Amino acid sequence: MTDTPPSAAPPMLELSRVVKSFGAVIALRSGSLRLEAGSIHALVGENGAGKSTLVKIVAGLYRRDAGDFRLNGEEVDFTSTAQSKAAGIAVIYQEPTLFPDLSVTENVFMGRQPVGRFGRIDRKAMRREVEALFQRLAVRIDPDRPAEGLSIADQQVIEIAKAVSLDARVLIMDEPTAALSGVEVDRLFAIARSLRDEGRALLFISHRFDEVFDLCDTVTVMRDGAYISTTPIDETTPDELVRQMVGRDVTELFPKQEAVIGDPLLEVEGLSSAGVFHDISFTVRSGEIVGLAGLVGAGRSEVARAVFGVDGYDAGSVRLAGASVAKRDPAGAMRQGIALVPEDRRKQGLVLESSVARNLTLAIRTQLAKAGIITSGFENRAAKVWASRLEVKTTAMSTVAATLSGGNQQKVVLGKWLATEPQVLIIDEPTRGIDVGTKAEVHRLLSELAGRGMGILMISSELPEVLGMADRVLVMREGRITAEFERADATSENVMFAATHATGAHS
Amino acid sequence: MTAPTIEKSDVTKRLRAVGAAREFGILIALLLVILAATVANPNFLFSSDGWRDLLLTPSILVLLAVGQAIVIITRNVDLSVGSVLGLSAYLTGRLFIDLQGIPMVAVFLIVIVFGGLLGLVNGALVAFAKVPSLVITLGTLYAYRGINVLWTGSDRVNASDLPKEFLALGTGQILFIPILTIIALAVLVVAGWVMKNTRAGREFYAIGSDPAAAELYGLRVTRRLLTAFVLSGALAGLGGVLYAARYGTISSQAGSGWELDAVGAAVIGGVAIFGGSGTVWGAALGGVLLLTINRALPILGIPDFWQRAVVGVLIIGAIVLDRILAIRQKRKLLEAREDES
Repeated sequence: MTDTPPSAAPPMLELSRVVKSFGAVIALRSGSLRLEAGSIHALVGENGAGKSTLVKIVAGLYRRDAGDFRLNGEEVDFTSTAQSKAAGIAVIYQEPTLFPDLSVTENVFMGRQPVGRFGRIDRKAMRREVEALFQRLAVRIDPDRPAEGLSIADQQVIEIAKAVSLDARVLIMDEPTAALSGVEVDRLFAIARSLRDEGRALLFISHRFDEVFDLCDTVTVMRDGAYISTTPIDETTPDELVRQMVGRDVTELFPKQEAVIGDPLLEVEGLSSAGVFHDISFTVRSGEIVGLAGLVGAGRSEVARAVFGVDGYDAGSVRLAGASVAKRDPAGAMRQGIALVPEDRRKQGLVLESSVARNLTLAIRTQLAKAGIITSGFENRAAKVWASRLEVKTTAMSTVAATLSGGNQQKVVLGKWLATEPQVLIIDEPTRGIDVGTKAEVHRLLSELAGRGMGILMISSELPEVLGMADRVLVMREGRITAEFERADATSENVMFAATHATGAHS
Repeated sequence: MTAPTIEKSDVTKRLRAVGAAREFGILIALLLVILAATVANPNFLFSSDGWRDLLLTPSILVLLAVGQAIVIITRNVDLSVGSVLGLSAYLTGRLFIDLQGIPMVAVFLIVIVFGGLLGLVNGALVAFAKVPSLVITLGTLYAYRGINVLWTGSDRVNASDLPKEFLALGTGQILFIPILTIIALAVLVVAGWVMKNTRAGREFYAIGSDPAAAELYGLRVTRRLLTAFVLSGALAGLGGVLYAARYGTISSQAGSGWELDAVGAAVIGGVAIFGGSGTVWGAALGGVLLLTINRALPILGIPDFWQRAVVGVLIIGAIVLDRILAIRQKRKLLEAREDES
């Protein structure tokens, strides 16, 4: 790790060695970034590298714990988005935030409408300015229509129009192309270039290297919450960037046990859901851990939800141990022996207000009930078994789930599903937001389960986890499986490459 | 590249028409009710009393409905307005009794400020304690009423305790229009203008449309929420003074249950309960329709006990209608998008 980027005249925006933590979790260890006027700068890094945290500090959503933040050479410290906006910084988020009930024009000017006498908003002036703005950006959106129902691309254009009308000097775009079609990307890039030529500083966060190399002048790489490098775009290659993004130790952390891999358990064939994922086929065998890698938004969780029956799909089939699994029937999938540990455990995995015992027994409550009644005695007895097997650290079975640490919550969710004695476990981001110690325990547990013949499909955005745990790695990109690697062949480079690299131009 | 001036798309035009139609529909319904009642009994409209009652009865509710509409547009609700109105009405009586000769203007001002303060308590609890307004104002509904009962006891203010010219305000007319109606109309016009044409007004809509986006935009959400509740309280305070002037008799139960009429009026008038859309004009019309139906039903020979049910049907009907309109609008917008691409 080196220090800050090389310095010259005061840059438009400069962050150096910025630190931000949330409780025990350090999101940003040492973030540095320099944006120059009249330049488009790329920020790349794996999921969880700290890019979003950095952006949120610049936007005034978070306050940094330590480090320098300078704008045009002057120290700044934003406590609200209004302040960063006033300082000329505009952030365009991946999911634009517009007011659906209000007109496009109002959305552009909200909070700073031109006013005349008695505070009356000058609608005509507003409308004129919006038309001028849209002409300049060469977009054709009816300024009077409500924002509701606009495509993400159009919403982004409105966000950009907003930034331009604010005369923002610094424009930050957080994965703006994730939801755009090729034509829309071209339009966005044309706008970005013209803004650059006006002397603004742009920051472009993207996972698509072809776009980074197409659009940007310099690129900064982040990894594990820290600054790695800043290079002019001509002096680097996609391979070099990938190496910098993932370069770290992948060994040690995960004590993977060898398991005997048996017969196919879960067979998914040709699963498609319009606009979400296409032609997904894979097999999970008994004793096998299959890692499903890819970027956030690649469609991995959606596949898991479809397999488990939470969401429907348009084509394809799911079979468990030879028997077909019905579409849209999670209860049936559970009976057949599939369990899904969802990504967001607080929202989808736990009843936060309920006790540990109740949570642990939630998925087996019908078996527990005698004549439709579950006494807390049954509940506690069943729950204790799992709590001790998983080493959930809690003083009492009656502890409310919300008060547990992230790691222990995850164990409770796991325990809840293991209590159903599944044949196949689908687990989505098993260790997100969990401290390192518990992480290793969760991994040990998964490894052990596989050892006993369970088939595990593990969705994970953390490369080391995938590489360390999986017997086989599937990589998804934009709704399709783009690569499959055996354990021996999977390296961070080739997985990352398959996850990010568009074969051909953006579709 | 020079694009020609962007024209209004068909969708926008159609939507605009639908939006206007929503309030127009209430107006038509109101006229139909009046027509039906007048056919059944011409005195409903064509007598000096009938005409006066038609305008006078809904006037105070219109004030509450306007306040309620502003609060609901910010995605909140104020259930305490009935209690605020009751307390304010009693305070009005006490001011006239305890401070003999106090000028009427002073009473108006004091009570409106008092109502505003009660609203401020609601707003502060909602904005700072981040507790849903439904719960907070349900609490203050009981709390304010409790204070009222404690203060009033079994006592009550009678018309004979109040100055004659004050009571004249409650029933007086200027050019065949009751003074109360003129006041309500004035408030409505100002509120309608502010909601449509000022930053504050538009930010109320923005906050209700998407509170998270409002934060990201850097809008002063807390301040706007406080303002909305203070306005609602102040209007309920004004309603209290007018209640005293109109009825003369004020017990500890004055205004009890009015909060539901106020919410009902807003909903019937097309103010979306999830915030972000609707107008104070719609809410006011909703209030007028609500009370006019109540008066028209007995004349049309519909038994007493059906009246509440009719109001219920009206509210549910309005919500279903709004939902259908919203879904249709969404579909239209999506279709338009498909067409373009």
